[in-house]
Amino acid sequence: MPTASDELIARLRARFPQHILAAHAYRGQPTVTIRREGLLEVATALRDDPATAFDVLMDLCGADYAWFGMSQASAPTLRTPSPLPYFMSPAPSAERWERGVPHDAQHRFEVVYHFYSTAHRRRLRLKVPVSFAEPSVPSLAGLWAAANWYEREVWDMFGVVFEGHPNLKRILMYESFQGHPLRKDYPINKRQPIIGPVN
Amino acid sequence: MSVDAAKLNWMTTRLDAALGWARKFSIFQYPFVTACCGMEYMATATSHYDMDRFGAGFPRFSPRQADVLFVVGTISHKLAPMLRRVYDQMTEPKWVVAFGVCTCTGGFYDNYATVQGIDTVMPVDVYIPGCPPRPENVLDGLIKLQEKIAQGELAR
Amino acid sequence: MPTETRHMFLNIGPSHPAMHGIVQIITELDGERVVGADVEIGYLHRAFEKDAEAGPYNNAIPYTDRLNYVSPLINNFGYCLAVERLLGIEATERCQYIRVIMSELSRITDHLTCVGASAMELGAFTVFLYMIKAREWLWELVEAVTGARLTISYGRVGGVKADLPEGFAERARKALEDVRKVLLECDGLLTRNRIFVDRMQGTGVIGKERALSFGITGPFLRSTGAALDCRKYSPYFVYDRFQFDVPTGEHGDNYDRYLVRMEEMEQSMRIVEQALETLPGGPLNVDHEGRMLPAGVMVDEAKMGRVAGFKNVRVRLDPTLQGSTRGFHEAVNPDAKRAVLPAKEDTYGNIEGLMHHFKLVMLGHGIRPPQGEYYSAVEGANGELGFYVVSDGSDQPYRVRVRPPCFAIMAALSELIVGDMVADIVPTFGSVNMIGGELDR
Repeated sequence: MPTASDELIARLRARFPQHILAAHAYRGQPTVTIRREGLLEVATALRDDPATAFDVLMDLCGADYAWFGMSQASAPTLRTPSPLPYFMSPAPSAERWERGVPHDAQHRFEVVYHFYSTAHRRRLRLKVPVSFAEPSVPSLAGLWAAANWYEREVWDMFGVVFEGHPNLKRILMYESFQGHPLRKDYPINKRQPIIGPVN
Repeated sequence: MSVDAAKLNWMTTRLDAALGWARKFSIFQYPFVTACCGMEYMATATSHYDMDRFGAGFPRFSPRQADVLFVVGTISHKLAPMLRRVYDQMTEPKWVVAFGVCTCTGGFYDNYATVQGIDTVMPVDVYIPGCPPRPENVLDGLIKLQEKIAQGELAR
Repeated sequence: MPTETRHMFLNIGPSHPAMHGIVQIITELDGERVVGADVEIGYLHRAFEKDAEAGPYNNAIPYTDRLNYVSPLINNFGYCLAVERLLGIEATERCQYIRVIMSELSRITDHLTCVGASAMELGAFTVFLYMIKAREWLWELVEAVTGARLTISYGRVGGVKADLPEGFAERARKALEDVRKVLLECDGLLTRNRIFVDRMQGTGVIGKERALSFGITGPFLRSTGAALDCRKYSPYFVYDRFQFDVPTGEHGDNYDRYLVRMEEMEQSMRIVEQALETLPGGPLNVDHEGRMLPAGVMVDEAKMGRVAGFKNVRVRLDPTLQGSTRGFHEAVNPDAKRAVLPAKEDTYGNIEGLMHHFKLVMLGHGIRPPQGEYYSAVEGANGELGFYVVSDGSDQPYRVRVRPPCFAIMAALSELIVGDMVADIVPTFGSVNMIGGELDR
C-alpha cells in the first residue's frame, strides 16, 4: 500500500522528472535529491502548489560527504576480529538507504532543506548535491524569510555560495576567520584567535 | 627628620587589613554571563542561595563601577576581544573570577571556536571549576575570593 | 533655518544586562524610534556540530545538554530519538513516559526562567525571585532523578540513565502544587499590571504569515494564532495519550507571548500529572524468554547448566542516585541491548557487563546505525527542536545538525524591533527567549 510519503514522491517525480536525481522514504521520511539547476523551480512549486503547500522552511543545513564511509572508525571491527555478542549484532532491516549520487568531488557537499506544511502536516526533505569545484546553489531567501540566516550559516560553515543572497557574510564566525570549520578537512582544534596565544 | 620605619610598617599593615576587611564585604561584581553557567549564577544570586549574604549581592553592569569580574560561561575567540576590553575598562583594584570549567581551561570544548581558559587573555584570581559549578561551589569560590581580597596590599 | 536631522546608531551588547547571553544589536535610531537594526550573533559558537562528529554517538549527549541549557532534557531526548530511529529501536513504554514527564518539567523551568527574566528587565524584580524559587523546586526534582541540576546527560540512546526514584510521584505533585501557587502570585503581579501591560501590549508585533515564513515555531508562533505544536501534530514518545491544549494568542505581540507561556506551563503540569497517573510499571515480571538477561545472572545460571526458561528472573541493581535496590534498568531500557550502555553496577560489578560496556564504547565497536539519515523533531521550549543525524555506518555520527528554535526567531528580531521605541527592544528581546547555546551552538 503506498504511503503518503510514496505518494508525495511519485507526485514530484511525475512533475519534475528532469530535475530529480533520486528519492527515498527511509524511516518514513520522504527525501528527494534534485539537481541544483531545478532548485528554484521545485521549491517555488512546493510552496505554491496547494497539493504540497510547504509553507515553512523548517531547516536548511549543509553536509560534507568527503569522507563518507571512509573514517577509521568505519572499519567493521578491530584488527583482531572479536565478534560482537549475539545480543549486540544489528537487527536485520529490510530498509536500505542510498544517497542516490556518488560520494565524489562532484557531489561533495549537500545542501539539505527540511520543509513543513501546516496545511497537510507533513514534511519533506530536499537535498541538493554541490560540487567541490563550484559550490554554489541559488538562494531561497526570496521565497522564505528563514532562508536568509540559514544560508549565511551554511556559507560560514561549509563555504557554499548562495547566488542571489542579499547579504552573504559570516554569521557564527568572525570575518577574519580563514576556512570553513564544518568541512571535514578542517581540523577540529585549528584555532585562529583574534587575541591571545594559539593554544 | 627621621621616620621610625618599623612604626610606619605597622601603620600600613593595619590600614591594609582594615581596607581588605571593608572591601571583601562590598564586592561590586560585573557578571559577564555568556552561557550555561549563567543559569547557576542566577540560582546563586537569587533568594535560594543568596549571594548577598556574602556582600556580593549587587551586580553592576558597567565595568567602571565594578571591582570583581565574574566571567560566567564559555568564551569563544569571537568574544575574547570584548572580554578583554571589559577587563581593561575596570578600575584598579580589580579581581577576576573564572566561573565554570570553560573559563578555567576550555572544558570539554577543545575545538576551533573556544578560548582554552580565559587566563590566556587576562589574569585570573579565583577559578571555580564545575560544568556548571553548583551554587555551593560558587559560594565556596566567593569565600576564597574574599580571603584573597582581605589579604590584598594597598598598592597592588 | 532648517535643522539638520540624522540618524543615530546605538550599539546594544554583546554584554548588556538585558541581553540573556551574548548578542549584539546595532540599532539605527530616529529620535527614540528604531528605524533599522542589525543583529550579530555567534559569540557563543562552540562547535557543537563539529564536536558531535568527532566522537562516538554517546559522546554527543553531554554536548546536547549545553545547547538549550534551560531545558536540557528535551535536547537529550531529541538527539536520542534521532539515533534510535536510525538504529530502528524503540524505547520501552515506561521510558517514554519518563521522557515525557522530564521534558515537561524542563519546559516549565524554561518558561519560568524566560518569563521571570523578562519581567525583571521590565522592573518586576519580585517576579524574577519568585519564579527562580519555583524553578529551584523543579530542579530539585530533576536532581533527584538525574543526579544533576542543569547539565544532566540523562538521556541514553535507547533509554534513560536511571528510573524515577522512590516517592517521585508524590514529590512531583507537591512541587507542581507549589509552582501553581507561585504562578498564581506572578499572574496577580503581572497580568493586569498597568505598567507591564503597557510595555508588552502592541510591541514586537509579527503576523502569522510572516512568522511562518521566518520558520518561527513554538510559543512565539502560537502567539500569532497558529496552533503548531509537534506534540500535537506529529506526536513522538507517548504525547498522543494525554489530554492537553495548545494555547494560542491572536495579536502576536509580547503580551500574547507572555500569556501563551503562562498557559503552557499549566498545560505541561497537566501532562505531568496525567503521566504520573498512568505511568506503566515496566516489564519487570514478564517472561524473559528470548530476552537478554543481565550478564552476571546468565553466566551464573549457565555454569550450573540451567539455560532453559529464564522466567521471572529479576536482577537487583543499586541505582547510583538513591541507594535503594530495585531492578530498574530493565524497565527503562529497550530489549535491543546492542545500543544501550549497561548499568554502571554491571560495568563495575561483573566481567560480562564490563565487556558489554567496552564493546559499546571502544573505537571500532559501539553503536553502529546502518547508513542513513533521520530528522527528529521534538517540541522544545522555544519551538521545534530538530536533530538531523546522518550515519555512515561507523560508530561516530557522520553529521549532526541541530535545528535551533530560537535561531529562526533571532533572524526575525531586527524586523520585530523596527518601528518600536528603544525601550521596547527589552521586552521584545525577552520574549524571544534567546538561549545562546542553542542559537550559536
